[in-house]
Amino acid sequence: MSGVGAVVSGLLLIAGAAFALIATIGVLRFPDVYTRMHAASKAGPVGAGLVLIGLAVHAAEFGVVTRALAGVAFLLLTSPLSAHLLARAAYLSGEKPVEGTDPDALREAREARIGAGTESAGAR
Amino acid sequence: MSGAEFLDIAVLVALGLLSLALLLGLYRIVRGPSLADRIVALDMLVLVGVGFIAAFGVKTGFTLYLDVGIALSLVGFLATIAFARYLLQAPRREPESDAPAAGEAGR
Repeated sequence: MSGVGAVVSGLLLIAGAAFALIATIGVLRFPDVYTRMHAASKAGPVGAGLVLIGLAVHAAEFGVVTRALAGVAFLLLTSPLSAHLLARAAYLSGEKPVEGTDPDALREAREARIGAGTESAGAR
Repeated sequence: MSGAEFLDIAVLVALGLLSLALLLGLYRIVRGPSLADRIVALDMLVLVGVGFIAAFGVKTGFTLYLDVGIALSLVGFLATIAFARYLLQAPRREPESDAPAAGEAGR
């Protein structure tokens, strides 16, 4: 393969691994589960996706590039979904946000529904 | 330094960074403190694993590792969904208790 392709592939690999490491540091250091999710569900897929693109640049074949792009698209589609589901499940199972979380929109919406008498059991 | 030499070094650096990320995520899984924290860390570890597999594919030259990585990310997504559903139905407990009971730590 060409020298330029190798350099670009190597830079993508290092950038992706650095993103993954930063996301994990965020998971380690942030104070509650929602802020940890914020780190893991944004920087994480970008890190894994950049490494996949690095593999695609390294291979430089049509089949590999399309599969890598499909993998990146899959990552970018699924990580917001799972983060949303997990955040909602954590909130409903009683996980408390960190002190100083000011606008708690989900609690306000649930209280409004309880006030209107339409709250079903557990609201799942 | 030629492009191939740079790529060799870059793969090693990337694998080192990913190893560090794996260890830090493992620490968060062991530490907890709640089930949701462990699920978030597990989700992150799956992404680090996908990165590991792709970097290993560059190192060995086998692009077949790409399919393994895509399959792993799919399984990780399904696992996170399943854990979230479990979290909804799991018995409630005090989120403030930093040290869970022995029976709950292993769930």
